[in-house]
Amino acid sequence: MKNFKFSLMILALLTILSAGFAAAAQDVVEIEYWQYFFEPRETAMNMLIEQFEAANPDIHVVHNSQIAYDNFRDEIAASAPAGVGPDVVTLFYGWIPAFVDAGYLVPLPEADFPAEWIESYFSPMVAESKFEGSYWAIPTAVRSLAMFWNKDLFEAAGLDPDTPPATLDDLVAMAKQATVYDGNGTDILNITSEGFAIGMSAQDHHWFREVLVRQFGGVPYSEDGRTVMYNSPEGCEAFKYLLSFEIEHKTGSNDLFTDVTEAFVNGNEAMHIDGSFRLGTIANNNPDMNYGVAELPVGPNGERSTFGSYWTHGITRRAAADPARMEAAVRFLQFITTAEAGTLWVNEVGELPAQLEAASDPAMLEDPILGPFAAGLEYAHATFFVDETVQRQVLIDAYDQVRLGGMDACEALNEAAATEQALLDDFWAARGS
Amino acid sequence: MMRLTLARRKILWAYIFLAIPILFFAYIRIYPTIFAFQMSLHDYNPLAIEHKYVGLENFQKLVAEFNNLRSPTRAAFLNTAAYVVLGVPIQLLLALAVALMLNEIRFLSTFYRLVFFLPFVTSTIAVAWVFRMLYQPQFGFFNVILQAFSLPQQPFLSRPQQALPSILAVVIWQGLGYAVIIFLAGLKQIPQIFYDAAQVDGATRWQSFRHITLPLLNPTLVFLIVLQTIAFLRMFAPVLAMTAQGDGGPLNSTTTVVLRVYREAFQSFNMGYASALTVTLFAIILGITIIQLRFTSRNIQ
Repeated sequence: MKNFKFSLMILALLTILSAGFAAAAQDVVEIEYWQYFFEPRETAMNMLIEQFEAANPDIHVVHNSQIAYDNFRDEIAASAPAGVGPDVVTLFYGWIPAFVDAGYLVPLPEADFPAEWIESYFSPMVAESKFEGSYWAIPTAVRSLAMFWNKDLFEAAGLDPDTPPATLDDLVAMAKQATVYDGNGTDILNITSEGFAIGMSAQDHHWFREVLVRQFGGVPYSEDGRTVMYNSPEGCEAFKYLLSFEIEHKTGSNDLFTDVTEAFVNGNEAMHIDGSFRLGTIANNNPDMNYGVAELPVGPNGERSTFGSYWTHGITRRAAADPARMEAAVRFLQFITTAEAGTLWVNEVGELPAQLEAASDPAMLEDPILGPFAAGLEYAHATFFVDETVQRQVLIDAYDQVRLGGMDACEALNEAAATEQALLDDFWAARGS
Repeated sequence: MMRLTLARRKILWAYIFLAIPILFFAYIRIYPTIFAFQMSLHDYNPLAIEHKYVGLENFQKLVAEFNNLRSPTRAAFLNTAAYVVLGVPIQLLLALAVALMLNEIRFLSTFYRLVFFLPFVTSTIAVAWVFRMLYQPQFGFFNVILQAFSLPQQPFLSRPQQALPSILAVVIWQGLGYAVIIFLAGLKQIPQIFYDAAQVDGATRWQSFRHITLPLLNPTLVFLIVLQTIAFLRMFAPVLAMTAQGDGGPLNSTTTVVLRVYREAFQSFNMGYASALTVTLFAIILGITIIQLRFTSRNIQ
């Protein structure tokens, strides 16, 4: 008898609850938002979602950020055939062509996101991701590369701890002076503390493409992004410069101290090129490090450049299939890309605001750590990738062919360009244009 | 109405119970395998809705890549062959030697078996990361040892010439315990009386091994050769974990077919081409297994 009463109570409770949910479901549109896991990003987005839902009580956003960075693409690829997944997705800007090619993203509606507005409101690199005449994604935040230097290692090497390298020549001279050997020789394996090391699998392939090639007078790709052009005589000079640190000057190698990023974060490398996202790594792993950040060294003609990149937000075909979801996705995307959202993001995550209005905040430009990254946004270039993994790999392999295989630098670069060109040709041939 | 005997009814029930795991296997293992065959004939992007039928185009691309000296696909097939050709005999010879010794000892024998078996039950990724540190060019354990004996430091994973053997050594070591245990089980099956008889006849230890142990161990050996060959052909996780960015480098010197499948499928979204690689690997595994079973499983009298 007791059991029967209890069951009855549960049943009644369930009826009330389900009725409540049904009523709520009629008014509230639920959309799903996905990003990879990084705690500050999760926190920042939760704050934005809370604000958004307060302002838009008719929309509920399900936030999925429990996907490891390395698995993010796999998870999206697994969800798509199953017909589930996000309505609004955060993806690397370099993936846009591939995702568009698959019909996964829908163009941002011109009425809600006018092209003129995107081009004037956001950092110029956002416009570089226009693809086949449309915008497919816009970001909250952007990042650029800058020069990190370890002030304690500078001082120990007899360098002024407050003067980072201003030119590419300075960089070579300071890297040589800051390299410490074990006393048995000056080969790579004798290094006990690196001056400056190239990590092609980290950020240095970007540094080569968008910074060094331009500074040496070349261009990495044709204007439309369809032709590889870094294998020019200028590009080859840039490549030789890149190779000289490990081959000629012996100031460091990605093989030492696990890799270049670990080396710098753990205080085993005096200078290091990295993005603003590395600030968080240092704060977590080596908070006491005495380091500074400067704009990247200028080229032989005084030219400045940096690589800009960003994780950006797009609307998927899943949202587009249902007008109510589509409308909710548009409103959510508008909300998370405002200048206010950009400011919240820089404070929580440390990435720079994508909106010019928020990025030109004087307080941020004067910040000794964020300032150099923010200054770089003006002259940053974002590479147009069709398959970032493969396009990175060809340069890693070119570097290794010279370093480990003894190949001529220009020949290795030509080979990389040929492989990459074949990839680009395949992509455009399949697009039928 | 048909009347079933008790025995028939038992068999019927057995089939009914077996149907459940068979359905499970059909859906979880066999259906995806067939689906992979189908995908290999399509330009299959997992993000797309429509997948264009391309016939044998993916296989033609595979052949073209295999004939390109610098392509990662060619490297993947050649490296996989190297892993098998070096890995299987070295691992089985070592395992047999260890098993023969473990079979002799009585004192602390369980402890020794445990020591050899422990790596096998450890996570491959954890093992790979630990070895990645041990292999470090400067301060890694192996180089510290080499330096202590005034021997030249070795680059191990960071040079194309040494990277594959370095990874292979870890895989052999990790899988050794499994082969040892199987060999031990095989050795225990051989009746002591054969050895006693041989001893009476004045056979040397080598003769006993050559004419008693080895022939009677043949079924065990066949089992292990087939299983370990398949394991080496499917090598993936150690390479992913022990190379920079899991790229199978430096210069594709350690990449494997399965690693290529993963990178093509999930990083380049070429699921069709990845399936063509999978189907090819499947055919190779099937072919090798059939040949091995035919040539190595003869009955010993």
